[in-house]
Amino acid sequence: MLETLLAHPYLAHPFVAGYVVPTVIIVVQILAIVVPLLVAVAYLTYAERKVIAGMQLRKGPNVVGPFGLLQPLADGLKLFAKETILPAGANKLLFLMAPMLTFILSLIAWAVIPFDQGLVLADINVGVLYLFAISSLGVYGVIMAGWASNSKYAFLGALRSAAQMVSYEVSIGFVIITVLLCVGSLNLTAIVEAQRTIWFAIPLLPMFVIFFVSTLAETNRTPFDLPEGESEIVAGYFVEYSSMAFALFFLGEYANMILMSGMTSILFLGGWLPPLDIAPFNWIPGPIWFFAKISLVLFCFLWVRATFPRYRYDQLMRLGWKVFLPFSLFWVALTAGVLVTFDLLPKA
Amino acid sequence: MIIQALAFYVFAAIAIASGVMVVTSRNPVHSVLYLILAFFNAAALFVLIGAEFIAMILIVVYVGAVAVLFLFVVMMLDINFVELRQGFMRYMPIGALIGLVLLAELVFVGGAWTFSGEATQVMLAKTPEIAAVHNTEAIGNLMYTRYVYLFQAAGLVLLVAMIGAIVLTHRQRDGVRKQRIGAQIAVRREDVVEVVKVTKGGGV
Amino acid sequence: MTDLLAEYLPILIFLVIAVGLSAVMVAASMIIVPQKPDSEKVSAYECGFEAFNDSRGQFDVRFYLVAILFIIFDLEVAFLFPWAVSLGNIGIFGFWSMMVFLGVLTIGFVYEWRKGALEWE
Repeated sequence: MLETLLAHPYLAHPFVAGYVVPTVIIVVQILAIVVPLLVAVAYLTYAERKVIAGMQLRKGPNVVGPFGLLQPLADGLKLFAKETILPAGANKLLFLMAPMLTFILSLIAWAVIPFDQGLVLADINVGVLYLFAISSLGVYGVIMAGWASNSKYAFLGALRSAAQMVSYEVSIGFVIITVLLCVGSLNLTAIVEAQRTIWFAIPLLPMFVIFFVSTLAETNRTPFDLPEGESEIVAGYFVEYSSMAFALFFLGEYANMILMSGMTSILFLGGWLPPLDIAPFNWIPGPIWFFAKISLVLFCFLWVRATFPRYRYDQLMRLGWKVFLPFSLFWVALTAGVLVTFDLLPKA
Repeated sequence: MIIQALAFYVFAAIAIASGVMVVTSRNPVHSVLYLILAFFNAAALFVLIGAEFIAMILIVVYVGAVAVLFLFVVMMLDINFVELRQGFMRYMPIGALIGLVLLAELVFVGGAWTFSGEATQVMLAKTPEIAAVHNTEAIGNLMYTRYVYLFQAAGLVLLVAMIGAIVLTHRQRDGVRKQRIGAQIAVRREDVVEVVKVTKGGGV
Repeated sequence: MTDLLAEYLPILIFLVIAVGLSAVMVAASMIIVPQKPDSEKVSAYECGFEAFNDSRGQFDVRFYLVAILFIIFDLEVAFLFPWAVSLGNIGIFGFWSMMVFLGVLTIGFVYEWRKGALEWE
């Protein structure tokens, strides 16, 4: 069917066959990532409200649609129908660019995430570095928003957030290094494949915990949500935002949460691999396992939010610089030492 | 091939244009943002020649860390930038001279490379085929063993930078009550809680 | 076009699509929905007060210190990436070479800890 279609004289033209068709295929692939991602973000907000409501013995959204399932759509529509307020003292261009940047970054990171063996949009050699680079850019959305708003709360929130994200970035880097030591490649598919015998969450359990906590800090989630700190600085860096500009921040943050959960699954929970490579488990296709693991990690995000109070700022910085940093650095040396001593290193 | 060439010209043009904007734009925050754009295009150019690792490190280190510091400085310091600009014409000749020297050096390096036939032979580390060894690995295979002294020197430079930053910026403030976690944990029940028998109507 | 670049093409297209999507979302809302700004609406939020002074004031030098320390540790991580990948090839010498490097930086880390540069008050 497809081959007869491709043999059609219009499509067989060298320009069309060489450039247009591949581009269209790539665009379709990208849409196949973006659309489910946005749906997932919408229902993550729903899940968050439902899960926390359940933990606090409330009902959560239950009016719009059956079980409140249309609530995220209603929220989105409401935000769309609001007026976009551009504060008088703001730097208009940067003010609008900041949420766009957050949103764009949270989308393009998905280009390198493998959903199954060979099911990846861009299988680059430096996949982990790409994700690390993208996550280190996240701080720009925050700083730009805080500065462009020209409001004290936004400024304070941005400042806090920037220092916080930057602090935990370092320990994330070291944790990634310990995983890389066990794999010997920066390619994400190779990282997942290296976990066929055992998921890295088991031998590297302390690193797994540190990574999870650092991703909480990196995505500004409770108990590290000081940048938003609604009880003191109102909403932090997006106090001045409304309408779609606010919605983009929101979408970007939640997409980032899903991304970080995906990274956790790939680095520590074996990505698309089943827990055991035996009969009932390996009947289920890889992407479903991947989805299940992401959901599990996301549930932990929500669980943490329902459970823990907010950190104080000095405690937050102390945890990042005085606990996580030396500990993960020590683990890098330890892991490398063990691998070298027992000759377990992956050889090229 | 056409896409590659096209991409090169687009990225190179944007890189140069944003480089010019860094110097000429009035708002220093815009300057830094243009600088970031220039970094991005430079990273894209690195990717085009197959140096993926350098491209990503350029983004991680320069855009993700150095430019953040620049932004901190220009966004949040109350510097009067109009005043800073006044000396522009006076420093112009010196700036132009430095630029010229750098340009000349670049020409010499490039020229020596192109015209000496032996340069590629005496190179210690030849670029391996991209397909055979990924360039992250190629760097790793050389940097920690053959170039170990330079590598350690880099470590010392970082140490000096760290100490320098602390010496320059660290101020001890007096009269600050800090949280002492050890003392908090060491508190025993007997030290802080006392059970008192209260008689009815007697008060404490 | 080499295989390596072929892998990066989707990222470029993805970037274009993401930029387009976000711009359309913001622009569509601004065009379709009536925009009626007035001076109260567009004033900076400050709990109902007029803003006292410009919001972009100076702030604690500590934030710069954090940024500088971050740069240094980020570079350290950058050095670790190729090492982690090729440790299998460079063996015991490469291992100790990195340990010395990390040792030197640990001295710096201990120094900043003792100096109290990591303290927040």
